[in-house]
Amino acid sequence: MDIALEQVGYTYAAGTPFQKQALHDVNVRIPSGSYTAIIGHTGSGKSTLLQHLNGLLKPTAGIVRIGDTQVTKETKGKQLKPIRRKVGIVFQFPEHQLFEENVLKDIMFGPLNFGVEEEEAKARALRWIERLGLPEGTAEKSPFDLSGGQMRRVAIAGVLAMEPDVLVLDEPTAGLDPAGRKEIMDLFYELHEQRDMTTILVTHSMEDAARYADHMIVMHDGMDVLQGPPGEVFADAERLAEWRLGVPRTVSFQRLYEEGAGLPPGPPALTEEQLAAYLAADLGKGGGAS
Amino acid sequence: MERILSLQDVRFTYTPDDPDGRHAVDGVSFDMHAGEWIAVVGHNGSGKSTLARLMIGLLFPQEGTVGLFGDTLTEDNLWEKRSQMGMVFQNPDNQFVGATVQDDVAFALENNGIPFEEMTLRVQNALKQVKMDTFLDHEPQHLSGGQKQRVAIAGALALRPRLLILDEATSMLDPQGREEVIRVILDLREKTGLSVISITHDLEEALLADRVVVMNGGRKFAEGTPQEVFLKGEALTELGLDLPFAMRLSALLGEQGIGTEPGTMTERKLVEQLWTLRSNR
Repeated sequence: MDIALEQVGYTYAAGTPFQKQALHDVNVRIPSGSYTAIIGHTGSGKSTLLQHLNGLLKPTAGIVRIGDTQVTKETKGKQLKPIRRKVGIVFQFPEHQLFEENVLKDIMFGPLNFGVEEEEAKARALRWIERLGLPEGTAEKSPFDLSGGQMRRVAIAGVLAMEPDVLVLDEPTAGLDPAGRKEIMDLFYELHEQRDMTTILVTHSMEDAARYADHMIVMHDGMDVLQGPPGEVFADAERLAEWRLGVPRTVSFQRLYEEGAGLPPGPPALTEEQLAAYLAADLGKGGGAS
Repeated sequence: MERILSLQDVRFTYTPDDPDGRHAVDGVSFDMHAGEWIAVVGHNGSGKSTLARLMIGLLFPQEGTVGLFGDTLTEDNLWEKRSQMGMVFQNPDNQFVGATVQDDVAFALENNGIPFEEMTLRVQNALKQVKMDTFLDHEPQHLSGGQKQRVAIAGALALRPRLLILDEATSMLDPQGREEVIRVILDLREKTGLSVISITHDLEEALLADRVVVMNGGRKFAEGTPQEVFLKGEALTELGLDLPFAMRLSALLGEQGIGTEPGTMTERKLVEQLWTLRSNR
């Protein structure tokens, strides 16, 4: 399911003294099946953009196309429901939205709300509890008796149980420890591969964008300023700096090395493994004392 | 040197009535001297947050003692001891009370009955120390995460604490915000000799500390300089911790047959070794 924004503008509190234009003539395409990372400095408009992806916000100008559905400022709220079933959003700190008396009910809430039969909703909930590596017996527990990391997983299970075609992740690992972060990011990547899902990751982590995404959208001042694969986006550190963004650690290390070694900048190393291979190749065939 | 904090065989469980209950902190001892910066690291559930709560008397140990500024912490001297500590927590949005930046920093001073003129002076100084003195009348909700945490630090500093405790104060910030906060703390430490305990899972932050305490399963797993602790390498990754970037890269280079000095922890040192390797070829 392709998602496209065409000349999308969004103004908060239009017609009041607090009016603020958060998006300005945004044209982006998120190809079906892609893993797209959206990056941008705080205030760049990426959160506002995200809320257009499942109709939480309607554009005040332009068109949002989600599969066959179009959303414009005229679209009625009721017409947005099918979109919300197809596009699941995991918000920042999703565990703050847990509310049910037990984990099972909390995860079933979304599917039931979208008309899934009770039996099926329960089966899904149990499946996702297991898939997310939550300990046995979690289903009957109150979500509020779980650890922070477990609560996060329950909240994520609640979104996944709706079995969306498009999964939108807003800083899904904020506040987790390194092992928890890696586990959750690897899980999303696995699901992305296995279920042929479209995954959209909104992140401050250039390392995650470089490692997992195959497509990137850079936002700045409410506009889309660059789109392309990570290899292209991270090739130009100077331009990213103008948008108050950095490059992944691997790339900054690579550039430091190249500068000292008198080498021209090579294609950016997107993972630590790539960087190690690049350095090994250079050192291996470096040839003679210089 | 003056001992600021002293934990002696501290044990704590959240379920004291359950004889089989797990101890969240299980026999931990360490000392901290004036002017030191200690990083306490560990994965979620390792006991590091409980340890923080014990240090500030939000919890009291069932066994062992917590000593602060030379005395054992008790319910009787809790408030006196706490008045000498500043605390900054994880979520920048949960610790604001004032309508403007300066009101917010002034809040605790007002509570402590500091005269108005001195209060104004302290507020301005504290905000200057965290480089937020041009934001006096800004509304906190319009600040970035890094700016909010700096204001929270100013709020703690205005009380002139002898010990500053940062409980995952950078974990919810974006990379720029994290850098801002760390730079401010480094600067403070250099200029004021403030003692800092930073509870964190950011290992690059831990690298800057004088000493690192690694927690696992409620126990102290390791303690030493960052150099000593991170040399444990894989033992730390098995605990769910990460290693500094330069060490991870060194390990990957090793697999490619490129040897670097063991314990190279900073990118600068690593790149210099690689340049040398290159020119010796």
